Amino acid sequence: MALAIASREVDGVTVLDLSGRITLGEGSVQLRDSIRDLIGKGQRRILLDLGEVNYIDSSGLGELVSAYTSAKNQSATLKLLKLTKKVHDLLQLTKLYTVFDIYDDEASAIASFK
Amino acid sequence: MESVGEVEAAADRLATEAGLDEDSRFHVAMAVHEAAINAVLHGNDYNPALHIDVSMENTGKNLIFVIADQGHGFDPDHLPDPTAPENLKRGSGRGIFLIRSLMDEVHFRQLHPGTELTLIKHLAPASETKPHDGGGG
Repeated sequence: MALAIASREVDGVTVLDLSGRITLGEGSVQLRDSIRDLIGKGQRRILLDLGEVNYIDSSGLGELVSAYTSAKNQSATLKLLKLTKKVHDLLQLTKLYTVFDIYDDEASAIASFK
Repeated sequence: MESVGEVEAAADRLATEAGLDEDSRFHVAMAVHEAAINAVLHGNDYNPALHIDVSMENTGKNLIFVIADQGHGFDPDHLPDPTAPENLKRGSGRGIFLIRSLMDEVHFRQLHPGTELTLIKHLAPASETKPHDGGGG
């Protein structure tokens, strides 16, 4: 299953609802392009809802990190929401858990941008 | 990249047939996925004229996956640690680390040309998976 990305706005935060796999040749390019487009349009608060992401490989992890860094370099903020157990475990294993702001519920995540 | 998907699916089937739990099956499938991608992308430089060789076996004690490319080879002992602070925000370089973390044994062999990765997942002995019957009478 490729990556599906849906976008919505909540209190000035762009929430990207991701569903499927973030891997090389599948979702990683889509994710990169989506975030680049958002930042290019002036969006500065981005929340990635990973609740329906059931698989991410090393390329997908790299894309998440690159998106975070790219956003930061352009004065935007990118945070993560609702990691599945698999994604959570991979972020822990690779110590990327220390890089991102990660939330379990959307209300708290949205509030954190204020 | 289609071949990577096929390899990963085959690994997942082997792990399922071996009776691994969900987490272990995911670890196996992901490690094989990473190894196959490494072989195609880095080993063979995504050259369609080159191929990867993959074999899989359940020996009863272990699941053994062997993935070989035809590329220039690399030194697995001198890869940067992706978890080191100076590397943490890099956009790449986590594949081999994940393979080593997710499998019980990982072995590299230089083929000249090419590199062969052997990934091994230990299977629990049958006595550890079957519950003891309570003593009766």
